[in-house]
Amino acid sequence: MEAHVARNLLVAGLALAAGLAAWRVRRSPFWSERLAEVAWRRPLALAVIAGFAAVAALDTVSWRGAPEGAGLTEPRSALVRVFPDEFREASYSAPFADVEFYGGAPLRHPGRHVLGTDILGRDVLLLTLQGAKVALLVGGLTCLIAVPLALLFGVPAGWFGGRLDDLVFFLVSTLASMPSILLLIALVTAIGRGPVQVCFALAVTGWVGFCRLARAETLKIRELDYVQAARALGVPTRRILWRHVLPNLTHLIVITFVLTFSGLVLSEAVLSWLGLGLDGSWGQMIDQARDELSRAPVIWWNLGAASAALFTLILAVNRVGDAVRDVLDPRTVRERA
Amino acid sequence: MTAWLARRLLWGAATVLGVLGFLFVLFFATADPEDIAKRALGEKAPPEAVAQWIANHGYDRPRVWNPADPTDTMLFEHYRRMLAFDFGRSDADDVPIAQRLRAGVGVSLSLTVPLFLLGIPLALGASLLVAFFRETYIDRAGVVLAVVAMSVSILIYILAGQYVVGVLLRWFPISGFDIDPAVVARFLALPVGVGLLHGLGSDVRFYRTVFVEETSRDYVRTAFAKGAGDGRVMARHVLPNAMLPILTHEVVRIPGLFTGALLLESFFGIPGLGSMTVDAINANDFATLRVMVYVGALLFIAAQIATDVAYTVADPRVRLG
Repeated sequence: MEAHVARNLLVAGLALAAGLAAWRVRRSPFWSERLAEVAWRRPLALAVIAGFAAVAALDTVSWRGAPEGAGLTEPRSALVRVFPDEFREASYSAPFADVEFYGGAPLRHPGRHVLGTDILGRDVLLLTLQGAKVALLVGGLTCLIAVPLALLFGVPAGWFGGRLDDLVFFLVSTLASMPSILLLIALVTAIGRGPVQVCFALAVTGWVGFCRLARAETLKIRELDYVQAARALGVPTRRILWRHVLPNLTHLIVITFVLTFSGLVLSEAVLSWLGLGLDGSWGQMIDQARDELSRAPVIWWNLGAASAALFTLILAVNRVGDAVRDVLDPRTVRERA
Repeated sequence: MTAWLARRLLWGAATVLGVLGFLFVLFFATADPEDIAKRALGEKAPPEAVAQWIANHGYDRPRVWNPADPTDTMLFEHYRRMLAFDFGRSDADDVPIAQRLRAGVGVSLSLTVPLFLLGIPLALGASLLVAFFRETYIDRAGVVLAVVAMSVSILIYILAGQYVVGVLLRWFPISGFDIDPAVVARFLALPVGVGLLHGLGSDVRFYRTVFVEETSRDYVRTAFAKGAGDGRVMARHVLPNAMLPILTHEVVRIPGLFTGALLLESFFGIPGLGSMTVDAINANDFATLRVMVYVGALLFIAAQIATDVAYTVADPRVRLG
């Protein structure tokens, strides 16, 4: 199967999963009430996140065929079709400019570049929008690796205790004792710099805190009456963990997912600056724009666009994360009331 | 207490061995010695030079098991040298790593210690203020500001700081360092300021939660009721009772002071251990990276034990047994 078809299917799969999750939430009074409260408190932030997700989806869904019959064979994404390559310039141009930034030669497509163009004449708005996909990939994929990893180690450690608990605790404290940025760098240098490798490295450094939390929470749930009752009735352990323990960790999973997300995207920006980040990320744009600040006159729109996009997404996720924690964490409910 | 301390130290030692094992897997088991040598010497290095380099840097031994002599393996050698603090030479330019550590640690501390010492009162003061006004608009604004400050990448803080203060206002040099204590303050002012600003947001958010929890307790109401002033209640009653989370939060930062502030040092041209690490990354210098992670972990484990001991001093309710 061709790569772009696989990516299209992935987007369809993600959309299906989102729909399924929405259906499940609607059926559960608890979750639909909580979700409604988050939406009521943070409508703007949620809309921003949905917007970035939509842009990322548009940037992924791609097909062959040229819009103007130019005979191009490379598959192009829906987003690229809005800002096609035909509108490339020779070099830098300022936002809304008619002439090139250095030299003043007339632009080939004046008025086309709302946020100007970069050194290669690429549209900065397109590059910035394309960064959304990378940011969501870093945050999302890493959480999808880290959270199951933490549950896989933390829940059995809390449930069975004994030697297994000691082993998991040893593993976790070993990983936690290495400075996280150094560990991250060491991992990426050792296992490679591809997108999946970087996400894996971020996950390895990030799962420790949640593993401790999952272990402690499992210890607590284990002693609750209904769990003891299920054990006395002879319900198999696997079924107890799946039906009684995991559902009671769900709120923690959701909180961790949202609160970790923004930290991961910021970590990726730091990695990009060290030359270890993902291609096309906002961190990489900021890194490249660093030298442009020392030019005269200053090229500011590259840096400005990437920084603004990064800041907007992180702020939106942080705000939603705070609301999610307030709504779901039983410890903060008291403060709210 | 003695038995507890002995167990705690034993556990710390086990963690150190675990860290070394992890580093072995990461750096020796996955990397091909020939690749490492070629990175240091260049792709077109003659085979004899590559073989010589591999032998010099100890990459020529069997990895884990040597039937002839069980002590002559990379694994054994790795543990032996690291535990004896014999760090060997850099993979990139053959400079002894211990010499680099000694040269860099003072420089790093000259940046990180002011950052740490100024950061604590700033964060605690701001958080006490916000917590004192809890459930008012001052509190709401403080929390939103903290989240906004947290959402800005450190790269942007650094670039904006350098551009605004260094280029536009010309108050301080953009980057550089000097050993002369009279001159160095001018070089350090900007990185310290940027670092303080960057850390403030998340610190205030964390400490506000801690203080808000304390201010809702009965003893605070009693203190107010007996007529103690606002400042006295916050500083003499709330602050000491919140000492436990503050200690946990701050003591684990001390090891990071020695390994340096990676981004700040590198952006502002301060030749400390952070810059050294960045150089090691760019040069694929595995030996130096390994040592940095190891030293960082050692310091962290020591700091954790120190925190546990400090608990008993700071909070008489904690008994270690």
